[in-house]
Amino acid sequence: MTARPPEARISPLYRALGDRLFVGVVLALCLLIIGIVVLIGWQLAANGSRAFAAFGLLGFLGGTTWDPVANIFGAWPFILGTLITSVAALALAFFPALAVAIFAVEYAPRWLGNVLQYALELLASLPSVIYGLWGLLVLAPAVRGVQQAIVGWAFEREMDWLVQILGVPIGIGMTTAVIVLAVMVIPYAASLAKDSIALVPSTQREAAYGLGATKWEVIRNAVLPYARGGILAGVILGFTRALGETMAVVLVIGNNKNLPFTVFGSATTIPSAIVNEFGEAQGLQLSSLLALGFILFILSGAMNLLAAWIVKRMSVEGRL
Amino acid sequence: MSAPVQSPRSFPADGNLRRRQLWNRVMLVLLVLGSLIVVAPLVLVLGAVVMKGIAAINLAFFLEPFRPLDEGGGGLAHAIVGTLLMNLLALLIGGVLGLAGGILLSEYPDHPINPTLRVISDLLNGLPALLKGLVVYAVVVIPTGQFSGYAGALALALIMVPIVLRATEGVLKLVPWSVREAGLALGLPRWRVILSLVLPAATSGVITGLMLGFARAAGEAAPLYFTAGGSQLLTFNLSQQVESLALSIYKYANEPSPLRQEQAWAASLVLTLLVLAASLLARWATRRWTS
Amino acid sequence: MDEQKTVLTPPTSGSSASPNGTPDSSPLKPRMETRGLSVYYGKKVGVGNVTLPIYANKITALIGPSGCGKTTFLRALNRMHDLTPIARVEGEALLDGKNIYAPGVDPVEVRRKIGMVFQKPNPFPTLTIYDNVVAGLKLLGVRRKDVLDEAVERSLAQAALWDEVKDRLRAPGMSLSGGQQQRLCIARALAVEPEVLLMDEPTSALDPISTQAIEDLMSDLKNHVTIAIVTHNMQQAARVSDFTAYFLLGELVEFGPTNQLFTNPKDPRTEAYITGRFG
Repeated sequence: MTARPPEARISPLYRALGDRLFVGVVLALCLLIIGIVVLIGWQLAANGSRAFAAFGLLGFLGGTTWDPVANIFGAWPFILGTLITSVAALALAFFPALAVAIFAVEYAPRWLGNVLQYALELLASLPSVIYGLWGLLVLAPAVRGVQQAIVGWAFEREMDWLVQILGVPIGIGMTTAVIVLAVMVIPYAASLAKDSIALVPSTQREAAYGLGATKWEVIRNAVLPYARGGILAGVILGFTRALGETMAVVLVIGNNKNLPFTVFGSATTIPSAIVNEFGEAQGLQLSSLLALGFILFILSGAMNLLAAWIVKRMSVEGRL
Repeated sequence: MSAPVQSPRSFPADGNLRRRQLWNRVMLVLLVLGSLIVVAPLVLVLGAVVMKGIAAINLAFFLEPFRPLDEGGGGLAHAIVGTLLMNLLALLIGGVLGLAGGILLSEYPDHPINPTLRVISDLLNGLPALLKGLVVYAVVVIPTGQFSGYAGALALALIMVPIVLRATEGVLKLVPWSVREAGLALGLPRWRVILSLVLPAATSGVITGLMLGFARAAGEAAPLYFTAGGSQLLTFNLSQQVESLALSIYKYANEPSPLRQEQAWAASLVLTLLVLAASLLARWATRRWTS
Repeated sequence: MDEQKTVLTPPTSGSSASPNGTPDSSPLKPRMETRGLSVYYGKKVGVGNVTLPIYANKITALIGPSGCGKTTFLRALNRMHDLTPIARVEGEALLDGKNIYAPGVDPVEVRRKIGMVFQKPNPFPTLTIYDNVVAGLKLLGVRRKDVLDEAVERSLAQAALWDEVKDRLRAPGMSLSGGQQQRLCIARALAVEPEVLLMDEPTSALDPISTQAIEDLMSDLKNHVTIAIVTHNMQQAARVSDFTAYFLLGELVEFGPTNQLFTNPKDPRTEAYITGRFG
């Protein structure tokens, strides 16, 4: 053993300075992270301000024309397209996501639950371009056949109003984009719902069983209400994912910026527009694209905060 | 005290049992169907990638850079090199930032900046990758006047940060307090304790986080569209425009040429294997860590 | 030794007193009884070969040191072990003469007839007091408001909670104190009019005043339902129950009227536990 106590070997200055320096560096890096997010919002707003100034905030948001030649840009078709596709994708994704979450926790034996967990993780981490490639080359041709059959059927029965709504069935378009988005959203929503359901204490289930409830009644009356905060958060985060999806959507949605949209026809969303119109964009057009980016920033940021708030407010632990 | 009462029941004698059990069975069927719907894309998408990818993959894919169609089409070596270089650089930047965030949240839990950092990290995680590319475009590409691999790496780093941060914080918190105690009792300053004792104890977890961030960023195309710009040249110089696998998939998907589409499937296979490997390794590392 | 003390034959009037002293002249008949009931977890025996009556409108206490199998036995009485895959039940448990483990018997129906109150109060946190009480009734298909209202008042009164909450039935169930929550759970169990109420250490998580309140309501409650209560607190068993069963290491050691088992136990193991020499 050494004769001198360890503290005496390390000068207090070294210690204090080292600590200060370390915390300083770590803190600086963390502030950088915070600064970056602020920078994103600021830069998008700043660069987009030209567009907002040129058309007015409401004018830009509500404008339906996007014409590089005439230098008139309006965001409405893209906002509408984004909202429609995201809501529709979520509507499609909700029940399968909830079903697999319930099944994995309440019914499946442990090995199957693990397999489903792997599957969900894998689905969630597949790159967006791959979903887009698959959507374009595999799904769209398959869907086209069905779409054509449906339109043909409506046509034969002289349901002109229906044919109008359905639009031109070329395989790519709104419907295909919604399907691809739903496929991408399901693993997110399902994972969150699953975690939330797994957290429900077993005493809750016992209470319901003790009253003489069937298994489904236990799930519906004791488990799901308890887990509803997490489930709802999963839904909202899935929605946020759908909002910002770029590559998968741009490959299958057809990129038509003219309203009105039809069910089977081509459409557009904010992310797909930004990619599509970027090419040679300059000046006012470029500013308009960045303004679109700012709108997306606000939308997805708000949804994220909403999800966090909901978890706090609606979860049983949060309120107690 | 009243005598034992047998009041007439307020509910039907059988309690609607048959109907309820029937409903119970119906729901089970619906739940299984729903689960199958979820698993189906896994089979369909992965199946397509594997089948078409394997058919399309060959040595040329890995070794040859882009060549025009009339010269045989070439391969995607330029994209592979670009992907690797940009992502490794991004790992350096994003890894350091994420590590710092994880360290702050875990080792200095009372710091006033923590709640904000958490919210920001979640926001960053949920922000579309597209926007991360746009900001680098606005801040780097426009002033310098050109697309570059460096800009691409920057955008990719932004994608990695929240992933590395969350993983680091999680794994650092798992290191037992006794490790820190031992170091402090020896008279080590706090920063030495963290760097020399705590971090090394969490190495496999941190590496896992870095790996997951890498795999995630490697699959991103949108941010690179506005930063690296894509290129047909094989180059190791990141100050020029650079290609990536994900970008190639996007470009080739739209081309009518069967060869280009095959190359897109092959690139998809490579990316999928990368993602699969990363997530399996992460699972294995976590299991080792927590057991 | 796997022989157990024999069951008490129905007494003539005066010879078996309930704890509050009034002589009992009606003949005892078992509401439930088990015959050779055993519960296995895989290869381990949770509780073995128990033959025991649970007399109608009486309170039967199940006592013993931790791990003795009393809770395992209790949970077999309403087929709760069905929910655990590795658990296996053998033997018979009869409710009014019919074996609840007979093939073709639906455990859902069994659990309506044999209710349970758990150790930690577990009201449904997203429901109001009113909705908690009627939860079981709604499962049974009862919709009419007047029927539900009546059931709420009746059940809460039996659980000695009505006066305290009658003005705030729409308040959240979790806004009640621990003792009140447990009484809410009792009311919830009573609302579906079970024949038997099983109570698994219902006061062990409560303060002494709440414990007292629940013990008080039990003596009235037994006129409406038959009660079996697991308790690790011997004094509670002595205060509250008419009959007591002593479990040790997974077997039933002794069963008899509470007074007699506590003052004059027949088995030396019972005596050892009661006099506090272990456990």
